[in-house]
Amino acid sequence: MKKLLWLGLVLVVFAGVALVGCNGAAKDDKFKVGVIYIGEPGDAGWTYAHDQGFKAAVKAIGEDKVELVIQQNVKEDQSATQAMEALINQGAKAIFATSFGYMDYIVDLAAKYPDVYFYHCSGYKAADNLSTYFGKIEQARYLTGMVAGSQTETNKIGYVAAMPIPEVVRGINGFTLGVRSVNPEATVKVIWTNTWYDPQVEKDAANALLKDGIDVVAQHQDTAGPQIAAQDAGKWSIGYNSDMSKFAPKATLTSAVWNWEVYYEPAIRAAMDGTFTSEQYFEGLNEGIASYSKLSADLLKDKGIQAKVDEMEAKIKGGYNIFTGPLKDNTGKVVLEAGKAHNDGELLSMMYFVEGVIGTIPK
Amino acid sequence: MIKVEKRLETPKYLLILTPIVSVLVALMFSAILLLVTGEDAARAMNTIFGGSLINWQEVLVNSVTLMILSIGVAVAFKMVVWNIGAAGQMMIGMICAAGVALFAPIALRDSIFLIPIMAVAAVIGGGLWALISGGAKAIWNVNEVITSLLLNYVALYILQFLVFGPWKGVTSSGFPQTDPFPAAAKIPAIFETGRLHYGLFVALAIIIIFYFLLNKSRWGYEIRVIGEGRNVARYGGMSLSKNIIIAMFISGGLAGLAGAIHVSALEGRLSPHMNTDIGYTAIIVVWLSRLHPLVIGIVSVFMGALLFAETNLPAAGIPSEIAKLLQGSILFFVIAGDFFSRYKVKYVKE
Repeated sequence: MKKLLWLGLVLVVFAGVALVGCNGAAKDDKFKVGVIYIGEPGDAGWTYAHDQGFKAAVKAIGEDKVELVIQQNVKEDQSATQAMEALINQGAKAIFATSFGYMDYIVDLAAKYPDVYFYHCSGYKAADNLSTYFGKIEQARYLTGMVAGSQTETNKIGYVAAMPIPEVVRGINGFTLGVRSVNPEATVKVIWTNTWYDPQVEKDAANALLKDGIDVVAQHQDTAGPQIAAQDAGKWSIGYNSDMSKFAPKATLTSAVWNWEVYYEPAIRAAMDGTFTSEQYFEGLNEGIASYSKLSADLLKDKGIQAKVDEMEAKIKGGYNIFTGPLKDNTGKVVLEAGKAHNDGELLSMMYFVEGVIGTIPK
Repeated sequence: MIKVEKRLETPKYLLILTPIVSVLVALMFSAILLLVTGEDAARAMNTIFGGSLINWQEVLVNSVTLMILSIGVAVAFKMVVWNIGAAGQMMIGMICAAGVALFAPIALRDSIFLIPIMAVAAVIGGGLWALISGGAKAIWNVNEVITSLLLNYVALYILQFLVFGPWKGVTSSGFPQTDPFPAAAKIPAIFETGRLHYGLFVALAIIIIFYFLLNKSRWGYEIRVIGEGRNVARYGGMSLSKNIIIAMFISGGLAGLAGAIHVSALEGRLSPHMNTDIGYTAIIVVWLSRLHPLVIGIVSVFMGALLFAETNLPAAGIPSEIAKLLQGSILFFVIAGDFFSRYKVKYVKE
């Protein structure tokens, strides 16, 4: 008898828990925007830049009208599907995925949920309800490269690079073209880390470059590790993603930065008022999605570099393509005849290094 | 005064009741902690349990992998061989399955035999991988906790070597991932509306088969005896090394199978981000289930729900750590509750 009583009690409690559960989530009429991040906003790099962009967009549209729901540290495997499913089930009507590796999972979900708008950063697969977006950060890198080229004493510049994919290769090439536009003697040595986010590995890679006589370290990573390594060695660096002078004020000359709100604000507005159109957004300095942070004037050796950068920035905004021939790759082969330029398709699949880069792209 | 006394025999009802009560106490404990820290406890519990009911397919997607992994872990644990390496064995299983899917001869590529061959390769791969620790244990008595754990990292590096190097896909625009598997390599979903796949039936079959093998067969009896006392087993003429090797192979083989099913049904390609941390969660499942195969089935569903809650909570704007808090307190209270099924606490007047 006592046992039965116990069992009954247990069942009642379980039923209670289940019933409470069935009431579902609280409802509100804000437009819900779901976001999945590869890291945490605290990384001060890639995710931080996106987070700043979303916050600025929400502020501009009105916090009473739109709500951000964020999933952090979402792996680029099938668990991304689960993370996005959860967001959709909680009422998100627009889903932003901010890393390339989410591509196949987001394509599947876009087919499954035709009423939800999807946005994938840096991918190349679009659909009726799936847009892709990215920016020509290589234009900003070109400008920061000019600063690096004017600064180096050893004519050796280093570049800590995450993954051998077109996005990173394009950035290295843009940067190197900028370096050599002001200093044709300088070279850019590339070291691969095979990771986007690993502060220690990024630092170690920068240290390896510094030991090699390099005096300016640029990077394509998610943290400020390379900047800190450069500062510890008493050398200079060029940051990426956000203004990294706050982490290494004595080393950071400038940073190539993202201003994602330039895309996010109109994109969220369009989703809210139902005017979404599928697109493959790919802009640069002209729209301001890519730019560079204020030069650290007291660190600069060439005080006249700002004027040169301004001039080049105006030229690029005016439509100049930084990948305009004559252009050779780093084996000496001509890739672009004089007057020819790469189109967007060629940019998005770029897998060679321009002249002046020391390094190889693993095949 | 209070007197604690060992029970000669644990009554059956206590065996069932203590874990259930322990889980409820853990729920209450977590709810109190949430209230104290100012979180909305009702809403958090809603999201965890209500959300799991609504998203039952996603919950079961987690559970399928957990069930197979946990049965594998339980086989080794039954013999008191601590195989901590399910995560790595699962990864080797993924790699073997992917190798078959990617490099199978053309004739096999559209064949219904592709998935079974992937599964067999994964079982053999995962089993042999576990045998590195199992063999070292059987022959030189090397501590299997350390070897099986460390081999998890080796498995991860093998995966990374392959996807960054020789297996990098021609269609992946330089990104470190393999080409997609052929369509015949995908275990299909059961319903059109979700991801729950036919691996579920494999998992259930494995639970039933191993229930009979472990609890009703001569082999199950042997490894139970070995688990309870090695010397007794030796006097009984049972070969220790042989059984360690068999158990480790089966344990790793099941983990490999879990990897094959996971990669086939949910991924469709390999990337460096394949995450097999669920192999550690399986150890918790096995512990909570007291190594009983049927209970493993139930606990896997429960744990699958808690894993889903980890992604569902932040989607509702609640910190995902709450799911971890719940997992931790459940484990704690169940192990603590174990005490009451083994000891009697009496109040005795002096």
